[in-house]
Amino acid sequence: MNDHANESHDHHHEESFVSKYIFSLDHKMIGKQFLIYGLIMFIVGGGLALLFRWQLAWPDKPLPIIGVSQEYLDEGEVVSGADKMWEKWGEDDEENWFERTMHAGIIGPEFYNALFTMHATIMVFFVVVPLLVGAFGNFLIPLMIGTRDMAFPVLNMLSFWTSVLGAVIMMAGFLVPGGHAAAGWTGYAPLSSVPDFTGVYWGQNLWCIALIVMGVSSLMGSINYITTVINMRAPGMTYFRLPLVIWSLFIVAILLLLAFPVVASALALLLFDRMAGTSFFAAAGGGEPLLWQHLFWFFGHPEVYILILPGMGLASEMISVFSRKPIFGYKSMVWAMISIAFLSWVVWGHHMFQSGMNPALSMGFMTTTMLIAVPSAIKTFNWLGTLFRGSIRYTVPMLHSLAFVSMFVIGGLSGIYMANSPVDIHIHDTYYIVAHIHYVVFGGSVFALFGAIFYWFPKMFGRHMNATLGKIHFWLSFLAFNGVFFPMHILGVAGHRRRIHNPLDTDLRGPGGMEIQGINEFITICAFILGAAQIIMLVNVFWSMYKGRVAEQNPWHANTLEWQAPTPVPHGNFDQIPHVYHGPYEYSVPGADADWIPQTQADGEPSHGEPIPAGATAD
Amino acid sequence: MLKWLNFPEWLPENASTFGEGVDNLFVLIYWITAIVFIAVMAVLIGFMIKYRFKEGRKADYIEGSTTLEITWTAVTTVIVFGLAMLSLPQWNRLKIPSQFPSSPDDVLVQVSGKQFNWDMTYPGPDGKLGTDDDLTLENQLHVPVNKVVHVKLTSEDVIHSFFLPNMRVKQDALPGRTIDVWFDATKVGKYEIPCAELCGFGHSGMLGYLNVHTDDAYAKWVEEAWK
Repeated sequence: MNDHANESHDHHHEESFVSKYIFSLDHKMIGKQFLIYGLIMFIVGGGLALLFRWQLAWPDKPLPIIGVSQEYLDEGEVVSGADKMWEKWGEDDEENWFERTMHAGIIGPEFYNALFTMHATIMVFFVVVPLLVGAFGNFLIPLMIGTRDMAFPVLNMLSFWTSVLGAVIMMAGFLVPGGHAAAGWTGYAPLSSVPDFTGVYWGQNLWCIALIVMGVSSLMGSINYITTVINMRAPGMTYFRLPLVIWSLFIVAILLLLAFPVVASALALLLFDRMAGTSFFAAAGGGEPLLWQHLFWFFGHPEVYILILPGMGLASEMISVFSRKPIFGYKSMVWAMISIAFLSWVVWGHHMFQSGMNPALSMGFMTTTMLIAVPSAIKTFNWLGTLFRGSIRYTVPMLHSLAFVSMFVIGGLSGIYMANSPVDIHIHDTYYIVAHIHYVVFGGSVFALFGAIFYWFPKMFGRHMNATLGKIHFWLSFLAFNGVFFPMHILGVAGHRRRIHNPLDTDLRGPGGMEIQGINEFITICAFILGAAQIIMLVNVFWSMYKGRVAEQNPWHANTLEWQAPTPVPHGNFDQIPHVYHGPYEYSVPGADADWIPQTQADGEPSHGEPIPAGATAD
Repeated sequence: MLKWLNFPEWLPENASTFGEGVDNLFVLIYWITAIVFIAVMAVLIGFMIKYRFKEGRKADYIEGSTTLEITWTAVTTVIVFGLAMLSLPQWNRLKIPSQFPSSPDDVLVQVSGKQFNWDMTYPGPDGKLGTDDDLTLENQLHVPVNKVVHVKLTSEDVIHSFFLPNMRVKQDALPGRTIDVWFDATKVGKYEIPCAELCGFGHSGMLGYLNVHTDDAYAKWVEEAWK
């Protein structure tokens, strides 16, 4: 390996495989590593959701394909290959993890609890944060502020590999005796702090350790982002010439830096309670169960905005570019994000309205929570204002961005119900909250993310993704997403509790006494379609990396700096550090020859390009 | 189709005195959010159609409008504070113990969650909890109709949540603490009391029943129970 590295350096000034693709210090490679890693974890997290969706639609029926046949259950007769597999495994159920957690391919309540716990944990900590903050933060920050790399490249590399370590520890939890953590992603004590209450021992411990490790990775990343944005902006790149996505990532990095130590200490206390015999959270030993909730949500609410703010930033970029218009109210967009970040520290009590926290506190938390509607409304109206009198190109990234706006509107509006503490009494801990969080984080962040992958793919990999596959994936995902999560609102209003293993345990009725289990079946069918649609996305990503249409330097005719760098972007990004003369959204400026003015173009300089020709809109 | 969008229709039948106040707030928010949603979507879709790319038409260079920013900030703020003001009395009435109704006719019961049952402890003829004539039933809560019921809510192990969908009551039960809850059932019937907070592998099946009796039937139940 050493010889090879020396040879490469001597002859081609290239790096070895290891330093280029594995322990890379280049922010672009680290961004791509986060992208691949996040997509892999996305498959894991989504797969877990499909497993428990089966149980919710057809409770206590064996899973298709990997479960036994109904005949086997009824008569003990082997009919299919899967039956044989379970017959064999049934013999050593003491040792066999699969048999123990999923007897005969039926999801039991202990495994069910682990499934939804891990679905949420993986999606929040190992998918959305690595993809939005890890992949796009790393790839975009140095390129968009016009610098050669992150402030601390080694720290950056460590941040990625620490998060991989966190994921490995988290995945290991599935294999330990007792099964994985099963106290919900919120890990409410004392269910989580006393092993006997769940029967989970190492699973929950590993969950704590993995989250602490993951947090350390986030800390390293956020320190890097903050330092880079403050110190390394190109000449002329003032704060108010920063693209909104950089603002959002900058704010998110500050939130992560401040929020993580709180949850790290809470997780450490939880580990002490579990392993060292303390009782910080166990009332029996003089502890306080609500302490966990306060600490967790003091971190958890900023965390929710960590998940949505980068989505807002990414969507803002794409909406401006494909409307060929400046972002409407750029400064109020920035201030709206800053106020969301500030408010995120004073709203955590809205998770605890029914928790036994002093009820007199609710008025304050209700008001601060509903106040978040103000910056959210500002942002929504400004996106609409950006479309107003624009010249909208319906590219795949634009479709995703418009989906982001409309889904975020639904997620924002449904939040008002729960922010209102008397109304929250009924819908708290029902499917209503499940619908709400998925409209914000899936409908919001993940749609923005899909659009962003499509939009920046040409700069990342030098090739375009396939637009036809992109559109099929978009429409399938958009329709199936709404089919999955919209009906959850009405289930929640009807009183369908979240985190239940079998919806038939209670006698839930819709209007006029109608049976509502059919809704659960419909949701599950849509969930399978939604899952299948993501295969198209994955195929498109990996196929296009090698076979996609070769991308030009600035295919979308965008102003921001990353598009002024060559494609593929060389090590060090720019031939010369660019000088910035404009804000990022100077589109369709009256009197200019082209409908875009790159941030690097000085006044009076000839323009760099032509408007997008009509034929280009299909991409 | 409208059935699926009309959220208030989906609320379980209300059978408590304060339920209507909570439901009215729900309906108010439903209409506010429905109108905002329809308006935003109409504008969004309208803009998407009207301002789609057309050969030869350039986008207008518009950087923003301070008047509009101030308008939508102010309007949203006013709606938000208005909603908060309207909600406060409902919340206080339901959750702040000093504002609970109280009379000698009230019924007292202790509810204790434990994996995975509700223990309902009745004070018996002396009207006091913690005495010899207490009676504990698993998962069966018996109350008379149109009487204020005071619940002393607690838990023996993990956090549970005492959920009475038809009474619009939900309150977490905490180990080591007793929380006051009240309701006043207005309709005779048998209602479910599921646990709404994840409490372990049996959480899904943790289910009690609220039996609301007429005065006569309740008196008869009392007589039978302490015979």
